[in-house]
Amino acid sequence: MKNINKVPMPAQAPDVRINNFSEVELGYTEDMAIEEAKRCINCKHKPCVSGCPVGIDIPAFISRIKDGNFAEAFNIISEDSALPAVCGRVCPQEAQCEKYCVRGIKGESVAIGRLERFVADWNMQHGDEAVHDIVENGHKVAVVGSGPSGLTCAGELRKMGYEVSVFEALHEAGGVLVYGIPEFRLPNDIVHREIQSLISMGVKIELNIVIGRTFTIDDLFSQGFKAVYIASGAGCPKFMGIPGENLNGVLSANEYLTRINLMQAYKEDSHTPVLRGEHVCVVGGGNVAMDAARCARRMGSEVSIIYRRSRSELPARLEEVHHAEEEGIKFYFLHNPVRVIGDENGWVSGVECIKMRLEEADSSGRARPVPIEGSETVIKADMFIPALGTNPNPLIVRTTEGLKAEKWGGIIAEEGSGATSRDGVFAGGDAVTGSATVILAMGAGKGAAKAIDEYIKDKYS
Amino acid sequence: MYKILNKEYLNKTVARISVHAPFIAQKAKAGQFIILRSYENSARIPFTIARADTNTGSIDIIYQIVGGGTLELDSLSVGDSLNALVGPLGNPTEIEGINYACVVGGGVGTAIALPIAEALHKQGTKVDSIIGFRNKELVILEDEFRNISDNLYVLTDDGSYGAKGFVTNGLEDNILSGKKYDRVFTIGPLPMMKFVSLLTKEHNIPTTVSMNSIMVDGTGMCGGCRLTVGGEIRFACIDGPDFDGHKVDFDEAISRSKMFKESETKSREYACNLYKKEI
Ligand SMILES: Cc1cc2nc3c(=O)[nH]c(=O)nc-3n(C[C@H](O)[C@H](O)[C@H](O)COP(=O)(O)OP(=O)(O)OC[C@H]3O[C@@H](n4cnc5c(N)ncnc54)[C@H](O)[C@@H]3O)c2cc1C
Ligand SMILES: Cc1cc2nc3c(=O)[nH]c(=O)nc-3n(C[C@H](O)[C@H](O)[C@H](O)COP(=O)(O)OP(=O)(O)OC[C@H]3O[C@@H](n4cnc5c(N)ncnc54)[C@H](O)[C@@H]3O)c2cc1C
Ligand code: SF4
Ligand code: SF4
Ligand code: FES
Repeated sequence: MKNINKVPMPAQAPDVRINNFSEVELGYTEDMAIEEAKRCINCKHKPCVSGCPVGIDIPAFISRIKDGNFAEAFNIISEDSALPAVCGRVCPQEAQCEKYCVRGIKGESVAIGRLERFVADWNMQHGDEAVHDIVENGHKVAVVGSGPSGLTCAGELRKMGYEVSVFEALHEAGGVLVYGIPEFRLPNDIVHREIQSLISMGVKIELNIVIGRTFTIDDLFSQGFKAVYIASGAGCPKFMGIPGENLNGVLSANEYLTRINLMQAYKEDSHTPVLRGEHVCVVGGGNVAMDAARCARRMGSEVSIIYRRSRSELPARLEEVHHAEEEGIKFYFLHNPVRVIGDENGWVSGVECIKMRLEEADSSGRARPVPIEGSETVIKADMFIPALGTNPNPLIVRTTEGLKAEKWGGIIAEEGSGATSRDGVFAGGDAVTGSATVILAMGAGKGAAKAIDEYIKDKYS
Repeated sequence: MYKILNKEYLNKTVARISVHAPFIAQKAKAGQFIILRSYENSARIPFTIARADTNTGSIDIIYQIVGGGTLELDSLSVGDSLNALVGPLGNPTEIEGINYACVVGGGVGTAIALPIAEALHKQGTKVDSIIGFRNKELVILEDEFRNISDNLYVLTDDGSYGAKGFVTNGLEDNILSGKKYDRVFTIGPLPMMKFVSLLTKEHNIPTTVSMNSIMVDGTGMCGGCRLTVGGEIRFACIDGPDFDGHKVDFDEAISRSKMFKESETKSREYACNLYKKEI
């Protein structure tokens, strides 16, 4: 009888890790990986693969781990994913590949994500620099945004022989992977290395260029780009619209995370300021809320998360919730902020919340929270961080004639190909779907690369 | 990239640099700004594009040394390069259809006001400029303003140069003497813009203010630059930086500008020691 549980992941102890920003999970050793790989029974129908948005041949790469052939395992993953070190760390596996794993019926599913991460990390340490025989085809393609979607599309197109330039507004490439997801979950260094391998493949990364300002989409066509892939993400933070939200001490999760992660404000030698609250309240239940809360914990704060539904409705990855709890973050379930209270100097001093109860599921399929009249309570706080999701930035749509978007800002694009209402302009990732996941954004980039190749071949040969 | 081609001091704490940035120079319009990083670990800080030259592919920035970040910037010399520079950001100032405008600038705000005054003048608008400083030593850009203004009024708080008083005094005098401005453009410290807006509201003159909120990305991603305009949340970097002065909640903006005071004081002291300068 095989072990019904996953091989445990070595991790930093909670009381240690709340004092640093180093990775929480340390990764499997070779022996652990082989042991975990043996739990896979190599199912014929590969149900796990159907849960992976990019269709990695999961049993095939796991078999190579069993044999200790890590290099080959890496090659198999690379056929379908350009950023395995990232996905192995941040995919919500329990809702994707691992959800369908037959080992999960009785016990825990195979730790597919951890194994993927192991293989990617092994390759970074031991693997040979990948050599791609690129046959130049002489066509230029522009990619807007250097998040997972843009990077994937760029990599795929480059392999097909296109000259690809990725335009990024910030001074660093990586999108949410570097500005949002904290280093203790995904070290920026890992992202840099993945990007470096794209650069050595010949992808050009043009930083500090805002499309819609520095160049418009139309400028890109005049510069000789034959097609454009828009992967500008969904970076515009939402606020709650409650009184007191502009008090000092209120920062959107994006601002807080950007200061800490992109600008490295947690380090002594960074010159970007960041607030350190004593009592930090984060509102929301997604990955972004968990990340902001866990950063605040590491900045030395007492942290509470306020969420209007109950624990079982939390949209964040299970592992993150579990880690947050271990780190001593307090959850106020079935609470919703109605007002941020300020002191006489304009600083946050508390958050007034109303208690909620759940009614049966609404159209989104989740239980609907309803306020309980007269149940207001005040939670002490000197910082308030709304983490309520984000919308696509309107800049590109506003500056591109004929590019159609939904009312909430999402660019309208054909599923699969990413074709938009403008000839030669494709779009995908969060810019189209709104905040989703890394792997879905990558999948969209891959689909668009194929469609762009067809479009250009069709039109120019 | 982003090489400093020129640098000159306009007074003891205000300098003008030209930076090589051909793409930005090509696109820049009056009222837009850039965000730069001096070094690898510097904060991102915004500055207005004071001038863009497509021939040399450069833009000018006029900065006042006020804290750690601007001290760091000031430590760079001609030939050095900035670590990062992005722009043009924000919306150009709306200047169409104005016959008679009054441009009111205070302190280093005059540097931000100058390109707007120039653009107005260039399109044939009659321009009165009122520029104010604390004292004679701090007066900058007087000649530049004289060249493009139909009437120029220089004031100092202590009367050591030009007329004595605040820019609001100068503006009120002009309004009371019967000048019919179609619009007032005002840029300077937040309290100054607040009082100019209060005054013009009394006299029913449409007023554009340029809000210098604290920014990080400048692309609409962080919401740190938000302010309340007419009861709604707006982001200075993508919805502005210009707003209707009669609708801006200045008291909130003034309070928010002090959000990072503690770390600013620390970084200013650190930088003052490092660069052996006092500010
Ligand atoms: C804090 C946080 C935690 C998350 N955690 C997870 C997780 O654990 N697992 C998971 O699967 N997903 C997670 N997500 C979601 C995931 O990160 C996103 O779905 C994914 O990054 C979307 O990829 P993208 O390439 O579409 O866009 P992004 O990653 O947003 O990249 C877009 C890029 O485009 C740039 N850009 C925008 N506008 C312009 C312009 N006009 N010109 C030039 N460049 C521009 C931006 O600066 C950015 O770099 C998280 C998101 C956040 C914010
Ligand atoms: C759109 C815009 C255009 C601007 N144009 C000019 C200009 O042409 N010339 C000029 O001298 N100044 C300009 N400023 C102000 C300039 O950005 C600040 O003086 C500078 O950031 C101060 O940085 P510091 O580290 O030296 O000072 P600090 O000690 O950090 O701060 C001093 C004060 O500057 C403000 N400030 C601090 N950090 C920021 C930031 N990241 N963004 C905005 N304000 C900040 C705060 O109000 C703070 O109290 C502009 C600001 C904005 C938003
Ligand atoms: S990419 Fe994500 S969904 Fe696919 S196998 Fe890896 S962890 Fe699972
Ligand atoms: S479903 Fe699980 S056990 Fe079956 S092949 Fe996939 S990973 Fe292995
Ligand atoms: S500076 Fe970040 S949203 Fe304006």
